Amino acid sequence: MTTPGSPVAGRRWKRPPVFIQRGWLRLVVYGGFAVYLALAISTVDVNWSRVAEGLERGWRFVEGFLTPDFTSRSTDILKGFVESLTMTLTSTVAGVILSIPVGIGAARNIAPLPIYAVCRAIVAVSRSFQEIIIAILFVAMFGFGPFAGFLTLTFATIGFMAKLLAEDIEDIDETQAEAMRATGATWWQVLNWGIQPQVLPRLVGLSMYRLDINFRESAVIGIVGAGGIGATLNVAMDRYEYDTAAAVLILIIVIVMAAEYSSSWLRKRIQ
Amino acid sequence: MPVTAASDRLLWKRRTTAQQFAAYAGWLALVALTVFAFQVMTQDTIWFFVQDAPRQAADLLDRAWPPRWSYLDRLWAPLWDTLNIATLGTLLGIVIAVPIAFLAARNTTPSLVIARPIALLIIVASRSINSLIWALLLVAIIGPGLLAGIIAIGLRSIGFIGKLLYEAIEEIDESQVEAVKATGARGAQVIDYAIVPQILPTFAGVSVFRWDINIRESAVLGLVGAGGIGVQLQSSLARLAWSEVTVIFATILATVIVSEWVSAKVRGAII
Repeated sequence: MTTPGSPVAGRRWKRPPVFIQRGWLRLVVYGGFAVYLALAISTVDVNWSRVAEGLERGWRFVEGFLTPDFTSRSTDILKGFVESLTMTLTSTVAGVILSIPVGIGAARNIAPLPIYAVCRAIVAVSRSFQEIIIAILFVAMFGFGPFAGFLTLTFATIGFMAKLLAEDIEDIDETQAEAMRATGATWWQVLNWGIQPQVLPRLVGLSMYRLDINFRESAVIGIVGAGGIGATLNVAMDRYEYDTAAAVLILIIVIVMAAEYSSSWLRKRIQ
Repeated sequence: MPVTAASDRLLWKRRTTAQQFAAYAGWLALVALTVFAFQVMTQDTIWFFVQDAPRQAADLLDRAWPPRWSYLDRLWAPLWDTLNIATLGTLLGIVIAVPIAFLAARNTTPSLVIARPIALLIIVASRSINSLIWALLLVAIIGPGLLAGIIAIGLRSIGFIGKLLYEAIEEIDESQVEAVKATGARGAQVIDYAIVPQILPTFAGVSVFRWDINIRESAVLGLVGAGGIGVQLQSSLARLAWSEVTVIFATILATVIVSEWVSAKVRGAII
């Protein structure tokens, strides 16, 4: 690259490489990635006759989307959605309530070290295992049905909310807590008057967001037996009833969109 | 903030009485709704199983420990498949998401009335449906195997990458676009020289972040037959071979931790 401002006759400005400035390193990294890609793609063996056969099914699925069947399995669909929605609400509420003490404990600026370590450990365990894996374990322990799903989503909510809440508490404007302490406030009073007003709006926003996530997850954990609309969807797919499956998917998309709009509306109203 | 006159002095309160009552009513409604939802959800729950859970958990732990480490030898190939599903799926998602992001961004879309709503709908649809559900559909259509997993991860990634990328495009500094336009650049050149350099760090960060998420998701896709380590998990679960399940969980956890570390390093280097 020529230095800007000192044009050399007959030479054109060339854009510098995007990511890695050193030439040989760039070659090595890009070359390595190309080799990996070739290897990875070669391990994907595709059964083309099966794909050709499936395309016809795929077309039937597209047709199912154009003519979704809400009626012939309406009791199953309704039951699935009632389970999913009740599971979503109860697990979000329970998860948020449980995540508040954990989140407070995981904030370094207000919690003593031993409590901090315990709460951070809870957050780490909850976050590193995926909902579906937790659901498998809870179904094995508590039996099939939405109760296992409720526990799964509650557990996942704790990790998510507590982590974000703790980060939020660590980021607060300390002067306000300081001002509370200067009036002789106790720890609880500092928490209630100095910290809570600063983090509450975000806590409400995050809870709405988690409600949204929990609904989407509730549609999945049914596949491993934890209740909800996922079970209905799974059965419909197994029976090749693509029009019913399409109806379920359309309803999921509509509910997620509605949740997105109403949560932004509610967030504006609350703060 | 209202100040009321009490008998002998002024009293400060955070909210007016009406506001306070509205807040109480809102909380009461939420509690009532949650209790109601919990009752609807658990009406079919067999409480005997729930009471029995601690014993079941102890039994499970007993069978899951010690892990059968010799099983690890049979996990390397599926693990490699899982990594490939995540990486190739992410690449597929990127290839589809980038044009969609340009169509969805207010300042680059060719038409605000037609192209933008369609692009936004694709983004929402992709985000509402979990990769496991995409995999369920694709296994039914193109048959079990890696390809279904790759496409499922790809379709799921469109929404995430597309949303974050189009928001980044909308936030660019327009003066650079003006400057490049002033040199007489064509549309494609404006995108190449004025927009792409501004969104490149976001793009790289988002892609690596999504890859990290996709590693987690691709680990369970095998539960519905879409290849990877989840296939092994499914067969061990079906045989109730919990000592193998422990090994699989440990492998997934290790992979997730490593991918999280790689993703954090790469993002640190780029941004």
